[in-house]
Amino acid sequence: MSTEPQPGAAAKTDRPGSGDDEKEIAHRKEATQGRAASLLIAPTTIVLSIVILYPVVLAVIQSFQKDEGLDKATGLFVAGGSAGLANYKHWILQQCGGVSCPPGTLGAQFWSSIGTTFFFTVATVILETAIGFGMAVIMARTFRGRGLLRASVLVPWAIPTAVTAKLWFFIFAFEGIANKTFGTSILWTGSAGPARAGIIIADVWKTTPFMALLILAGLQIIPEDIYEAAKVDGVTAWQRFTQITLPLVKPALLVAILFRTLDALRMYDLPQIMTGGANNTTTLSILVVQEIRSGKYNSASALSTITFIVIFLVALIFVKFLGINAVETTTVSGKGKAK
Amino acid sequence: MSTATAAQDTKPESHAHVRARNRKRWESARTYVFAALIVFWCLLPAYWMVVTAFRDVGFTYDATPFFSHVTLDNFRAAFSTATGNHLTRALVNSLIVGVITTIISLLFGIFTSYALARLNFRAKFLVMGFILAASMFPGVALVTPLFQLFTNLNWIGTYQALIIPYISFALPLTIYILVSFFREMPWELEESARIDGCTKAQAFRKIIMPLAAPGVFTTAILAFISSWNEFLIASQLSNQQTQTVTVAIASFTGSQPHQEPYTAVMAAATIVTIPLVIMVLVFQRQIVAGLTAGAVK
Repeated sequence: MSTEPQPGAAAKTDRPGSGDDEKEIAHRKEATQGRAASLLIAPTTIVLSIVILYPVVLAVIQSFQKDEGLDKATGLFVAGGSAGLANYKHWILQQCGGVSCPPGTLGAQFWSSIGTTFFFTVATVILETAIGFGMAVIMARTFRGRGLLRASVLVPWAIPTAVTAKLWFFIFAFEGIANKTFGTSILWTGSAGPARAGIIIADVWKTTPFMALLILAGLQIIPEDIYEAAKVDGVTAWQRFTQITLPLVKPALLVAILFRTLDALRMYDLPQIMTGGANNTTTLSILVVQEIRSGKYNSASALSTITFIVIFLVALIFVKFLGINAVETTTVSGKGKAK
Repeated sequence: MSTATAAQDTKPESHAHVRARNRKRWESARTYVFAALIVFWCLLPAYWMVVTAFRDVGFTYDATPFFSHVTLDNFRAAFSTATGNHLTRALVNSLIVGVITTIISLLFGIFTSYALARLNFRAKFLVMGFILAASMFPGVALVTPLFQLFTNLNWIGTYQALIIPYISFALPLTIYILVSFFREMPWELEESARIDGCTKAQAFRKIIMPLAAPGVFTTAILAFISSWNEFLIASQLSNQQTQTVTVAIASFTGSQPHQEPYTAVMAAATIVTIPLVIMVLVFQRQIVAGLTAGAVK
């Protein structure tokens, strides 16, 4: 310990004379850090390239191939020649070999599945945001039993979506508890309206807690004394909400909505297990899987590429028009969260 | 409340005071009502699952709101392989796939997160954006090419056929959460340890590792849960041998054709869910921190 102070002191006496050196040291430091960073990041980049980029490039290439190119006997891919844009035309322009797709085939379901996907997305995101906000406001208050509230909110989140789907499928069974409780006799999964409603209810139950937790994190960053000051100034509760809470929670809220939206656009588990895509509940993901199952890999590739592009475009619109900078917000909120 | 203030309170109790206090009481009553509503809404369906799991098959649609006709038959049925269900094997499969996916994701994720949280370099935002985009990637876009690729490689029915696509969502998630944990760590302690005579390795082992452990642990839990809950990829890229729990539950069949064995399914669902719920409740604080830090499911 006695020798300890010396190096520190020496360093201190060294410093003052060398202002230029300091800059250079900083510069060199960044350079070495950059080198270290690329070493640390390279493995992840390689892994993600293998598990994401490679399959996607493969899918895009396949989407321009004819499906006849697949040898059904050997299961091996035999170059079946370029299909040009035929696979994309098949979905978007509804062309099935020169004629328009007959109703009932998978190809004919493209636009309706786009509609279903967006319907589910808009409905669930709006409901989950509104209810989630309400939940977050309650969770942010201090009262006895808050621990119980926060714990019970995590339960739906922890239950796997596949289990959630089975559970609500049972609740919505014809003789199930939902019909018995409300004295109704609805065939929940039997027609479009109730089937969609059932799926939305299940999704809201499962995912609203997650939304509430994200919004709660945003609410907790707002310092309490702003509210106190506003109260002293005689600002009404509603004004406090619209003038203080909303603008301050907006960045966290928008990021939460963005994540939820992109997640809802790839919805698969709930409709697949609850209705199997029947009665106008076929989402894009379900349609892709059905196309794979019918053995048309290349046209399925085209459809999954379309799905990917749709999600990408929605994300782009969000970032462009709502001015969300997910990267920056999450970077900043990470810093502010500790308090 | 001390007697002095109590005496003061009773004396000049003006109308304004009473009104303010009433309003406060009214407000807290409202809070309790809403809180109770939320608790009921969140717990009732899960409660119903457990009630049904313990109920005799003959009373599947009984609407009695509490435990009645209690039996363990459903759990026996859930584990039975007589009707082609393999819940035990599915549990083992989910565990294997989940653990390996989590370990691989942590292995790669820790280094990248350290770089993103601690080092200054130009491409930082680009890398972060790339990882964010990766975490939003639709699973179905991977299933199409991988289904064909793995069929050709004869990999359908192997663990790697699940683990490889699982890494595509677990690794970005891991990095995302770890970065925000690492950013909040008191890294100056590392430097003080160095000044106190620790080597770089010692400082890492004695100071940084114990500090980082809770964050890494939380991340591991979240990565594990996300792969335990995955359904789309598992339903397409597994077979009977590698079927995971979510697929097993979704395709659970009873002895009677075209008749859902609801009570047995709910028993299986309870078995799959209970460990998860216990884990989540025990590590509640960490999980909420991890969830909101990463802002990803």
